[in-house]
Amino acid sequence: MKGMTIIVKKTTQLIAGMIFMYGIYVIIHGHLTPGGGFAGGVIVAGSLILVTLAYGGNFLNLIKEEAGTTIVESLATMMVIMIATAGFIFGTHVFFNNFLPKGIVGQLISAGVLPLYNIFIGTEVAASIFIIFLSLIIFKEESPQ
Amino acid sequence: MELAISIITGLMIIGALYAIHAKDLLSSVIACGIVGYSLVICFLLLKAPDLAIVQIVVDTITLIIMVAVVLDSSREEKYSRLDTWGYVSAATGVLLIGILLWVFINSIQTLDVLGKSTLRMAGSYIEGAAQRTGSANLVTGVVFDFRGYDTMGEAVVLVTAVLGVLTILRLKGKK
Repeated sequence: MKGMTIIVKKTTQLIAGMIFMYGIYVIIHGHLTPGGGFAGGVIVAGSLILVTLAYGGNFLNLIKEEAGTTIVESLATMMVIMIATAGFIFGTHVFFNNFLPKGIVGQLISAGVLPLYNIFIGTEVAASIFIIFLSLIIFKEESPQ
Repeated sequence: MELAISIITGLMIIGALYAIHAKDLLSSVIACGIVGYSLVICFLLLKAPDLAIVQIVVDTITLIIMVAVVLDSSREEKYSRLDTWGYVSAATGVLLIGILLWVFINSIQTLDVLGKSTLRMAGSYIEGAAQRTGSANLVTGVVFDFRGYDTMGEAVVLVTAVLGVLTILRLKGKK
């Protein structure tokens, strides 16, 4: 897949990092302001898709990226289930138990395990959408014309 | 507010009808965008910013992927003349519209006003939820604490969708 013109490339250099940081912000502040893991994850995936569309990339690199993203997605899903199981082990024996101290409502580090769920769900959603986009490119390039 | 929502809903219906009947597939995709972004404005008017953020981001990414697909395949829609089954389908559609309209007119009289319904579950969720979950954003508190199984199911559904895409769309076998 070949990239776009130099104007698009320079604009992408300026903007993609800011979009990525905004996605991280939406994920981390998910328990304080509107947003959360799902919305932030899609924003992060959007910045990655922007870079891929603007710069292109050769076939082998894209396949390597897809393999790495698959591992990240599976690990994030496993971490969500492991945190839920940790709630079963500590404290009262309830699945999805909020076993960490709650803290003060409204502070950044509060709400027990909810920020951890937000972070891992965000990673998983970003990886999933990026995999779907990458696989659409890869399968088109390796198909016989 | 109800007037504004009515106008925007009418715009959404016009956009959806145009998306079906447009000859150029690219303008059909853009008309699908009208439906999505009007829904965002509806969510904002109904005071649901969480849903609005998710909708606007997912709609943008879907539009990008659809535009890429349309530019890659063909921009012209292939028309075909209506045959017997086409007329049967059209008649069934008109009949279904009539039945659904009749049910809607009968059932709308027993419903509450939009946004003013008294839901028992929502009341017990809202009451003291910030203290019980420790989260200032009530939506996150409900999604990850009260309804944790639901969220885990959504995450697993995404993983299954990725597995389906990787399995079905692959044309050449993996060595």
